[in-house]
Amino acid sequence: MDLAFSPQEQAFRDECASWFAANPPGRLDSMDTPAGFEQHRAWEKRLHDAGWSAVNWPRAFGGRDATLIEWLIFEEEYYRAGAPRRLNQNGLFLLAPTLLEFGTEEQKQRYLPTIASCDEIWCQGWSEPNAGSDLASLTSRATRDGNDWVLRGQKTWASRGVYADWMFGLFRSDPGSERHRGLSYILVPLDAPGVTVRPIAQLDGEPGFAEVFLDDVRVPIANTLGPEGDGWKIAMSTAGFERGVVLRSPGRYMATAARLIELFKEHGSPAAVQDDVARAWMNADAYRLATFWAVSKLMSGGTIGAEASLNKLWWSEMDLHMHETAMRLLGEDATLDGPWLDGFVFSLAGPIYAGTNEIQRNIVAERVLGLPRS
Amino acid sequence: MNFQPTQDQQLFARTVRELLEKECPPEAARAGFSMDRWEKLREMGVVDMLAQGMNEVDLVGILEEAGRVALPEPLIEAAMIAAGVIEGVVTAAVGTKYAANADVADVIVIERGGALLSVAREAVTLQRADTIDAARPLFLITGGHERGTVLEADTGLADLRATLGASAELLGLAARCIEMAGDYAKERHQFGKPIGSFQAVKHKLADALLHLEFARPVVYRAAWSLANNEETKARDVSMAKAMAGEAASGAARAALQTLGAIGYTQEHDLHIWMKRIWALNAAWGNPDEHRARVASTVIG
Repeated sequence: MDLAFSPQEQAFRDECASWFAANPPGRLDSMDTPAGFEQHRAWEKRLHDAGWSAVNWPRAFGGRDATLIEWLIFEEEYYRAGAPRRLNQNGLFLLAPTLLEFGTEEQKQRYLPTIASCDEIWCQGWSEPNAGSDLASLTSRATRDGNDWVLRGQKTWASRGVYADWMFGLFRSDPGSERHRGLSYILVPLDAPGVTVRPIAQLDGEPGFAEVFLDDVRVPIANTLGPEGDGWKIAMSTAGFERGVVLRSPGRYMATAARLIELFKEHGSPAAVQDDVARAWMNADAYRLATFWAVSKLMSGGTIGAEASLNKLWWSEMDLHMHETAMRLLGEDATLDGPWLDGFVFSLAGPIYAGTNEIQRNIVAERVLGLPRS
Repeated sequence: MNFQPTQDQQLFARTVRELLEKECPPEAARAGFSMDRWEKLREMGVVDMLAQGMNEVDLVGILEEAGRVALPEPLIEAAMIAAGVIEGVVTAAVGTKYAANADVADVIVIERGGALLSVAREAVTLQRADTIDAARPLFLITGGHERGTVLEADTGLADLRATLGASAELLGLAARCIEMAGDYAKERHQFGKPIGSFQAVKHKLADALLHLEFARPVVYRAAWSLANNEETKARDVSMAKAMAGEAASGAARAALQTLGAIGYTQEHDLHIWMKRIWALNAAWGNPDEHRARVASTVIG
């Protein structure tokens, strides 16, 4: 066991830090507004041009072949610099690892570079009006017709769907199938005929969600990720990334905890809030340690299964707690527009998306503790 | 950066687990101190690991195993405070008001004027405190320092090591409480189903596991900081005690609620683990005190 960073890791950190010092991101508008979207896209271009967009990917697809530890270092420096959430995070953190694991060579070459460059923005097409926590009850269909799928149905709660170019979706491709069987994981261009995208205003009033209607949309069979009918297994792998280390690196929460401590001092260090500020810092630090623990396990050949659900519980509830603490410190200014309010509103989504925390607790109880299914 | 116990550390912890499962089944954990088991721990090399050149990281996994079986012997005191250098049965009142198992100790380590002294039991006055954790009796120690031998040891370090040791035992105690609750929830049927199939039970135990799993790396980091004499070692140990203590008291509470009335008796074994958690949670500073120390460092 060695918690010290190696000279190479330290050199990597120095390189990150000096780039961010020379390229400060500044504060951008919400990525869900037209102006903010363009600002975020411009920021992503700068990152990509300097080779920072996806450091842990293979070089061939626009990465740096960085280790997972180096990736975590990058993330710490990224958020320490005050840089924004990633515009193409569905592509970068959910689809890309799934492509790297299950995609054909052709698919990797086709999709990965434009995810890294942010030339193509992706959204997730899983939830449906009647399939949320019970995702396996989804009814959107993919019907084979020659070399095409014909897609029909309705997807919803697609974050950034309004601005997205593509959607990775789950469809029932075997009409006689039920539940987890007979689903396929299909990549859908949102400019295809028959696609209608309807914006949905989120809590902050911006169209952060979209509903996606598919009326006999033709998509090549070659757009299937992994084997036909194996969509559930592949989707659960994506969900593992979403809940686990890759989507929610600790750097962001450490930066939030540091800002919370500043906010606490600016507001006169009220005694009633001190304990929660200490807990916020400890929770973020514990998350960082747990992440290094998990990544070290992965790097030495171990695997992470249902434990990813524990991760999701921790980061989502920690993030919400930190922002609720900030709201308390802000007093009557709590509801005024600003970064803390934005963060608070965003943190409220954490326990809901990527599988609600109730579902995560079921997964932990059943798959880790071995309790019987309901 | 490689934040995993080494193969050797994992292997040694497994070996200790096997020994303890054999030597300290629940009925033995109930019965309290055993000289025979103490000698086996000595033979195994667990008590004097620090004196043998091993470090705090090596010891954390061992103390976690001691917690799993609710080991009644004063291993934290002997291995972490006396650092294994004293022969016979040794306990201590360093960083705590009471010395556990002092009635069976040959030597008691006490603190006087910032120094550690080892004192023969016959030289001190023991006053038994009536504690609910009957397997680990507590004693107030008075007098005897004029007949003590000054140990060449850093008092602050001994206190930090013991606090770390308690944190590690708390992890093991918590893990066992969650296991007992899980086992019971699978077997106990109500409304025609195992109670573990109900979400109210599932979510409670999932939460207990959540806090345990996030406390463990914190405890190992504290061990590493001590072993490497990091500047942050005191803060890291405090964070370990605060998080392991809360995780363990939460696990005990969740287990009790899952077991219901049978958990509230001395017929089931849960109470042994729960009471040890209460005792170790309170000893060497409770989570509130340690969180306040972390706050004073990170908030300033």
